[in-house]
Amino acid sequence: MKLLIVEDEQGLRDNMMQFLCKEQYIVETASDFHSAMEKVSLYDYDCILLDVGLPDGSGLSLLEVLKSKQKRDNVIIISAKDSLDDKLEGLELGADDYLTKPFHLAELNARIKAVLRRKALGGRNVIALNNMELDFDGRVLRVDGNDIHLNRKEFDILAFFIVNKNRLIYKSALAEHVWGDHIDNADNFDFIYSQIKNLRKKLKEHGANLEIQAIYGVGYKLTV
Amino acid sequence: MKLLNHTLLYLSASLIFILSIWAVVFYFSMMDEVYDSIDDGLENYKILIIKKAHQDTSLLNKRNFGESNYAIRPIKREWALRATEVFKDTAMYMEYEEEFETVRMLTTYFSTRNDRYYELKIIASMVEEDDLVADLLHALLWLYLAVIASAFIINNWVLRKIWRPFYQLQNELRGFKLGEDNVFSPPQTRVTEFRDMNDTVAALLKANIAVFQNQKQFIENVSHELQTPLAIALNKLELLLEQVQGEDAQVQLLANAIQHLERMTRLNKSLLLLSKIENQQFSKEERVDFNARLRQQIEDFGELLQYKRINLEIREEAQLNVLFNVDLADVLIANLLKNAIVHNHDGGSIRVRVTDNGFEIANTGRAQPLETDKLFTRFYRPTDHASSTGLGLAVVNAIAQRYHARVAYQYEGGLHHLSFRFIN
Repeated sequence: MKLLIVEDEQGLRDNMMQFLCKEQYIVETASDFHSAMEKVSLYDYDCILLDVGLPDGSGLSLLEVLKSKQKRDNVIIISAKDSLDDKLEGLELGADDYLTKPFHLAELNARIKAVLRRKALGGRNVIALNNMELDFDGRVLRVDGNDIHLNRKEFDILAFFIVNKNRLIYKSALAEHVWGDHIDNADNFDFIYSQIKNLRKKLKEHGANLEIQAIYGVGYKLTV
Repeated sequence: MKLLNHTLLYLSASLIFILSIWAVVFYFSMMDEVYDSIDDGLENYKILIIKKAHQDTSLLNKRNFGESNYAIRPIKREWALRATEVFKDTAMYMEYEEEFETVRMLTTYFSTRNDRYYELKIIASMVEEDDLVADLLHALLWLYLAVIASAFIINNWVLRKIWRPFYQLQNELRGFKLGEDNVFSPPQTRVTEFRDMNDTVAALLKANIAVFQNQKQFIENVSHELQTPLAIALNKLELLLEQVQGEDAQVQLLANAIQHLERMTRLNKSLLLLSKIENQQFSKEERVDFNARLRQQIEDFGELLQYKRINLEIREEAQLNVLFNVDLADVLIANLLKNAIVHNHDGGSIRVRVTDNGFEIANTGRAQPLETDKLFTRFYRPTDHASSTGLGLAVVNAIAQRYHARVAYQYEGGLHHLSFRFIN
């Protein structure tokens, strides 16, 4: 999988690159509008991470170019502006998702994987792991071929863990992914722990072969 | 006291004084004229009588006034030579009035050709001074009342007309809100003083609006500029967190640093949100079903409620469908709900009530009322909640102002009530 990061802030660019390389992606970067245009017209990417506010042009015009050339690269807009208008405009121009700075890298990872999964034409929107299969279309978990009912949040938690497997997930990244922005730092997210406990119990009951490890005060890690 | 009454008060006080002085002066000058005219008449009469006495000596025997108004009596020569002509007021019985009245009497002396000397007294009836004074006072009182009444009417009319620009300005200022109105247009007037005042007020407000805008712009810019460095720092720490796994103490330190950076991020986001609400950047509106949104968010907070063993009851007394921005509606509900959960104790309760003009969230918590006047100000934190930004209720308040609604706090029956009501 080939990714292009279009971002003028070097710090952010380096962070994303370092994180995503670990996911076995081929990552290229562009720091301004012109070099991004050059790369986009020369190569095809599976996913473009696009900053809207570039020094020499708007990321949105790059989207327009992609659209006019009928390129099918997936685009995730990354913006410092948490503005609905930008978001709507971007999505209308064919962007697949929208992420506001600052974001958790685990969240970025989940978004990229979701976009890539959807892109796999004809393919089923599922992730397989050991003896499990997470079906995003039916929102159901299968262990050894048996359907296991998970409620909305349990499913989201498990999905987030699986796409970020073998990584330490900071608790607020998980909370924001599952419960949304509104939950912010409500009581230090201790309430998540009981959710995870229930999920672990369910997974164990059905013989799922994975382990969710809690790191006190920090977060969780799914090890396979 | 109104300006009109002030003028009237000063006017009536000074008029009493001026009219009194005027009355005294008028009285004396009038009396002077009256005496002058009567005395002239008496002089004239004297000459006529003396002339007639020379021709008709029988006149010289008229000792009493009787039916006519003069009397003559002979006197000694040396006395007559020594005496001078005298006008004086004296009293005399008036048959008509049946009482003594003041009369003017001229006492004079003359001699006939045969060297006899006579004293001649002539009287003329006088104005009755007590009646005159009474009449004058009466007239004065009426004059005074008439002047005050007309001053009142004219003043009322003139002031109302002249001061119209002032009242217009007053009205404009009363409706003016810094931060909401970006222009101020004072009423047009041709009166120099008012025009000066209008210009001064307009200039003052313009400067204030500019300062306010600058300050707002500054907060917005700062928050915006902080986003990127915050994002970089947070992500770097996340990367570092992955690398130091296993080193428990270091992991804890990093997690702690992330926690504080996240708090800063939230603070920053809230400040940006406040700026945006105040700048009316949430302009898109649609019918928002508050009942459904409340139920949805209560469900979203379900795990948190369960974890804190908080019992939440929702009572929907009416359907609340209002033209509102959806995102702001969510922020509003989330902030109020989160508030009720975070500042609650384990095993507490929350009551949500939806009425036709708003909704109310009541929760258990600290057993003492909060400081109502500070509650909605930025960075007010009644409890030492490390994670709270102190901006939640400020955001709620900003949303309320944006939609002409009122947020109110009340501590009643051991519950903290926060209500959001639309005014109309």
